[in-house]
Amino acid sequence: MNYEQLLSEKVKQIPPSGIRKFFDIVSEMKDAISLGVGEPDFVTPWHIRDEAIYSLERGRTYYTSNAGLMELRTELSRYMERRVNLTYDPAKEILVTVGGSEAIDLCIRALVNPGDEVLVPEPSFVCYKPCAVLAGATAVPIVTKNEDKFKLTKQALLDAITPKTKLLVLPYPNNPTGGIMTNEDLEEIASVLREKNIFVLSDEIYGELTYGREHVSIASLPGMWERTIVVNGFSKSYAMTGWRLGWAAAPKEIMEQMMKIHQYAIMCAPTASQYAAVEAVKNGDNDIARMREEYNYRRRVIVDGFNKMGLSCFEPEGAFYVFPSVQSTGLTSNDFAEKLLMQEKIAVVPGTAFGDSGEGFIRCSYAYSIANINAALERIDRFVNGRS
Amino acid sequence: MKKILELLERDASLSAEQIAVMLGRDPIAVAAQIKEFEEKNIIVGYKTIINWENTDAEPVSAIIELKVTPQRSEGFDEVAKRIYQYEEVASVYLMSGGYDLALIIEGKTMKEVALFVAEKLAPLEQVLSTATHFVLKKYKVDGVIINEKHQDTREVMSL
Repeated sequence: MNYEQLLSEKVKQIPPSGIRKFFDIVSEMKDAISLGVGEPDFVTPWHIRDEAIYSLERGRTYYTSNAGLMELRTELSRYMERRVNLTYDPAKEILVTVGGSEAIDLCIRALVNPGDEVLVPEPSFVCYKPCAVLAGATAVPIVTKNEDKFKLTKQALLDAITPKTKLLVLPYPNNPTGGIMTNEDLEEIASVLREKNIFVLSDEIYGELTYGREHVSIASLPGMWERTIVVNGFSKSYAMTGWRLGWAAAPKEIMEQMMKIHQYAIMCAPTASQYAAVEAVKNGDNDIARMREEYNYRRRVIVDGFNKMGLSCFEPEGAFYVFPSVQSTGLTSNDFAEKLLMQEKIAVVPGTAFGDSGEGFIRCSYAYSIANINAALERIDRFVNGRS
Repeated sequence: MKKILELLERDASLSAEQIAVMLGRDPIAVAAQIKEFEEKNIIVGYKTIINWENTDAEPVSAIIELKVTPQRSEGFDEVAKRIYQYEEVASVYLMSGGYDLALIIEGKTMKEVALFVAEKLAPLEQVLSTATHFVLKKYKVDGVIINEKHQDTREVMSL
């Protein structure tokens, strides 16, 4: 069989995630310390796990409705009202998905036509571009800069818009930079989108993990609800990555289309996960607060550590990543990460894994114990300052 | 202020400087605050949680329930004071319910603990009765699960 000729051209052109290949090496390496993993180190709080177990004991092993348990959607609508001041009808405007990532895929597929352009601020999470390409659209990167704290600026947005622009992905709080968008920042963006009639996919998966100020959803700004698809999930805020559960909230006209894809591709999100999620969203606010506080301690330790060793690092206000610059070492992101791994057995992710504009930076996760972070910082310091 | 105490309660080995970084505060101010806590007897001491079972030594501990006669005008305090002077006595609590004082006794052997109860505690005139319960195994001590070494089981992911 000549597979090369037979496989989908569109899929073949998509590169595999640049983060993975690095960590295949790490997992083979003894006593390596990783700052690479993009998921919480906390175990899902027990009361949430317990509800999933109880649902199994009661024999709740069937599919749920396609959109997800009504009880869960109702709780989610209350949650969004309470946390981001947004109103959605649980019957028609909320869809429970397999992780936030399914919701991203559905949203892009439901909106774009071949030739449409999808704007993606970079550096950012790796999935937007491939999803856009698979849907037949073109992904147009917008470079965000260290000096702007990696925020999307009005000018950069205006420069990227063409008559073909359909959708803007707004990935804040941001993986990998830890940048956030304040209410004022969002208003700047919203003014452009309202005028140009462009949709927004607001990926708010890290919305609960902000330090110092509350997350604002762009959908809550005047005239934005009707053009925004909010994507969120349980993975980061409730430490529930393995449960694969997220949701989307959008006006019902958009949701109807997303729903069809979900219905045929997925049917429904896992039932036990949904029962766990009901408990999480009902009684999990304290868990979020506890973990957020813990991340905040670590965040300050790691930012302090990088700045002290001379790798300048703006203070991230969201998610659980820092994005220090390695330009002062004269190495590229990739060389830095590779040499650091070989010499000191510390794994970080080169910034270029999140777009070309990540060159000169590395992503370090602080979803690790403080002891782990301190041990890693010590070795990175030795690598950076002992080398020259 | 309360945060400093919370952090020290779960890890007494943190330096003032480390705490200052974690809280985003001035190290000198944090050090002064800790000193004040010590002076005011809010921070009473610093201890380490040791899993003795993983060493050669195997100290024995026991929980003793005591029923006692409270002393006129001093209540239970005088009795407790009398008892906590013994260095074998690690902890003394005044309890509600079926008995009055709960003691935690640490000794080298079971015999040593039993003899201490029989020879020192039981004969005290205020002590009406004793019940000794030896600890067979410790699972969780002061919020720390003793025999669980944390392992990172997160797998390689593409995000």
